[in-house]
Amino acid sequence: MLAGSKTYLAGIIYGLSGFAFSAPAGAGVWQRRSARVIGPNQGESMSKVPDYKDISGCAISGVMSESGRLFSGEAIIRSIAAMHERSNGLGGGFAAYGIYPEHKDHYALHVMCENEEAKRVASGFIARRLDVHHEETIPTRPIDAIRARPILHRYFVSVKPGELERNYDLSEDDIVVEVVMEINSSIDDAFVFSGGKNMGVFKGVGFPEDIAAFFRLEEYEGYIWTAHGRFPTNTTGWWGGAHPFGLLDWSVVHNGEISSYGINRRYLANFGYHCTLQTDTEVIAYLFDLLLRKHRLPMEYACMAMAPPFWSQIERMPEDRRKIAREIRIVYGGALLNGPFSVLVGHSGGMIGLNDRIKLRPMTAARKDDMLFVASEEAAVRELCPSPDLIWHAEGGVPIIGKLGKEVSAGSAVSADSAPAGRAD
Amino acid sequence: MRNNDVRKWLIQPDFVVERDPDKCIQCQVCVRQCANDVHVYDPETGLVSSDGTQCVGCHRCATLCPTNAISIRPAQLEFRPNANWTSSAIKNLYKQAETGGVLLAGMGNDQGFPVYWDRMVLNASQVTNPSIDPLREPMELVTYLGRKPDRIEFSREAGGLALTTRLETQLELQVPVMFSAMSYGSISYNASQALARAAKEAGTFANSGEGGLHEDFRQYGSNMIVQVASGRFGVDMEYLNVAGALEIKIGQGAKPGIGGHLPGEKVDAAISATRMIPEGTDALSPSPHHDIYSIEDLRQLIYALKEATRYAKPVSVKIAAVHNVAAIASGCVRAGADIVAVDGFRGGTGAAPTMIRNNVGIPIEFALAAVDSRLREEGIRNQASIVVAGGIRCSADVVKAIALGADAVYIGTAALVAMGCHLCQKCYTGKCNWGIATQDPYLTKRLNPNVARRRLVNLLRAWSLEIKEMMGGMGLNAVESLRGNREHLRGVGLTDRELRVLDIKAAGE
Repeated sequence: MLAGSKTYLAGIIYGLSGFAFSAPAGAGVWQRRSARVIGPNQGESMSKVPDYKDISGCAISGVMSESGRLFSGEAIIRSIAAMHERSNGLGGGFAAYGIYPEHKDHYALHVMCENEEAKRVASGFIARRLDVHHEETIPTRPIDAIRARPILHRYFVSVKPGELERNYDLSEDDIVVEVVMEINSSIDDAFVFSGGKNMGVFKGVGFPEDIAAFFRLEEYEGYIWTAHGRFPTNTTGWWGGAHPFGLLDWSVVHNGEISSYGINRRYLANFGYHCTLQTDTEVIAYLFDLLLRKHRLPMEYACMAMAPPFWSQIERMPEDRRKIAREIRIVYGGALLNGPFSVLVGHSGGMIGLNDRIKLRPMTAARKDDMLFVASEEAAVRELCPSPDLIWHAEGGVPIIGKLGKEVSAGSAVSADSAPAGRAD
Repeated sequence: MRNNDVRKWLIQPDFVVERDPDKCIQCQVCVRQCANDVHVYDPETGLVSSDGTQCVGCHRCATLCPTNAISIRPAQLEFRPNANWTSSAIKNLYKQAETGGVLLAGMGNDQGFPVYWDRMVLNASQVTNPSIDPLREPMELVTYLGRKPDRIEFSREAGGLALTTRLETQLELQVPVMFSAMSYGSISYNASQALARAAKEAGTFANSGEGGLHEDFRQYGSNMIVQVASGRFGVDMEYLNVAGALEIKIGQGAKPGIGGHLPGEKVDAAISATRMIPEGTDALSPSPHHDIYSIEDLRQLIYALKEATRYAKPVSVKIAAVHNVAAIASGCVRAGADIVAVDGFRGGTGAAPTMIRNNVGIPIEFALAAVDSRLREEGIRNQASIVVAGGIRCSADVVKAIALGADAVYIGTAALVAMGCHLCQKCYTGKCNWGIATQDPYLTKRLNPNVARRRLVNLLRAWSLEIKEMMGGMGLNAVESLRGNREHLRGVGLTDRELRVLDIKAAGE
């Protein structure tokens, strides 16, 4: 549920004051050049596109009600805060699904801008191809730990009917992606960090619990929440660089490093995706979009493409499955994510946890009733659910799939043999 | 003195052969081993003596000498130093003044162009991501060559999902290294047999070259790529259908733009039967295919071959790396090639005009970077595999080539060296003392095909181990994650422009 109107007012005040508040002695911390300035909450900038690959270690957590029940962000905040040691205050963020029921048919664009001018240009861009049904400043509250911050604004939009006629070969989703990519790559100082329907990404520079307080996330209610605490090894305090990374209703939180990044990025370029952020996480989001939305692979096979079984395992599979696995590896070699990672992907229809195929990053999952929990550490799960029906360590390359709309009966949801194998779908 | 030619050449010998009289036991091994008659035994004195005039520096005698009595050095007599008129330039002029002919050379370009492999360095993991130990974890080199669809499609059926995409035939390689095209004729029967058997044993492919496929080698067909070149030697339905894949040879890195010539003296009964030409006739491969004068003609030949083999064999098109190689490769893919093989200017040959070998074509590193980038820009990279050849010397070169974008590499010179070749560059004389590039039965029997096969398999095994170590260091456990992953390459000592063409960052970036 949306927060009450009072919060909007407060949000507007803080959002607008962001610019004046932030610049110490004209040092231009909001400017692009300062993207490498180090240090939480003082030198950070939200300028876009660092020109190097983002390397970070992290904490991730996700919780979902498979029956679609809405619950407050309070839970996920506690869960990610339990792993405080895994972040270093240089990035925290959340994705929440089901939070905008009164605008559920409109894309919710969350935009961060360095200044009013950038916001004006971005607004113009958005209005050119999209109908804006409602817009407002994203509500925030003053937090000691969060000082420098961009202007944060959200637009609830749909694609203009004329745009769809003109671009008859594109879907509404495609046009929204185009607008988002155009803004992110061509407008200085403005960045769209969320763009799905009935969902939102909230992120920034700070510890995740501080970011949550700043965005007043305990006032929202959603059926899926994911969270991220960041420990970047080459420190860049950029708001847009925090996780989750969002594209349409995909959101990705990710712990690890994708050693295959170079080829994944070039593989995606083959299909028209242009990675602008130089982050591993962006690549993961685009791969999910490509494999599931565009290529319509079943979830299990999309995950297989990204974290495939070894050839020696494929040899031992039954005939029909072997044939599929072999073709997936041959055709989707460029989509293989190599290197250590645990990743949580959210989308309107569910949540997927995936570990690299030799499990070089931790990930624990648990189920209780209609709830699915996935987190970097068991402690973060137990924080929310001290006595789960089932708790297990994710296997390398075996996806944990949470699916919305699942019929939940007390016994079947947690049958001991199905859940650990990740076949929860 | 044995040099009984009355004319005294102006050319000084290239090598001096020294014999240590204290070590020499007059056993005459060197006399029997040298096809160039450098060593001679005088029955009257009972002594062996040497004359370096004819020495090519192949080291056969020195290697086999039981007492290590022979040493071979470059001739010390040098011209007055001159940066412009080098001794090789002067000697070439003398040769041409004597003969009035085209200068010939064997093997690849030996000039001092930069070797760009040596100006690229590889990455390794430290702290933020773990390296992977290939001795403890699976490390996958399996590579599939051939046309891939953009995507896989399923249909929903009663029993679940059914695969509707049908993959075209792929070549499966256990190691992303194949043996380059070397024809039976340019190399000996034993050498050809060793290559074919090694390919089968190592799970990779050998290439027939343009000389047909000897009856005896058809049993290795499933591990052979057979060429259809401008001379069409040895091409018939059985030849096409027995092979794993077909390759249309448009050009060769050592001599882009010109054809080939196997002299009639080498065309004995077996070669005549294999090439399907009369015994003793010259085997002339024209410069262009006389039915390919444009890209649409290439398309016709590609599809003629696919028709002839019922679309069951991938068709490769081999081109030399020339200035416009990216556009040419793109054309080949659009014409239907399933594999594009690009041969760089260091690629070897049995015989090429020296001027062409040394001056025509571009380095394979640039050609590969340009072709891979171009195919990706056009969104057709998945439609064909890229195989590169021409100057791959070691496993690090293979890793760098794959990181730049190659699916696999061809090795020719490296394979010959593994069999014993010492790179004397005299293949075109037919007097190969190592029994490789010759048809003289006295010489060919020196190459034991069993031993040569084992040496080739050893080489591929050793390279596989090294490639796995390098990949593991980078934190990659599947070769497809290395392929085209230029993030793992950095340039050292390259200009901005070179870095841009290679599309890699400089070291430290």
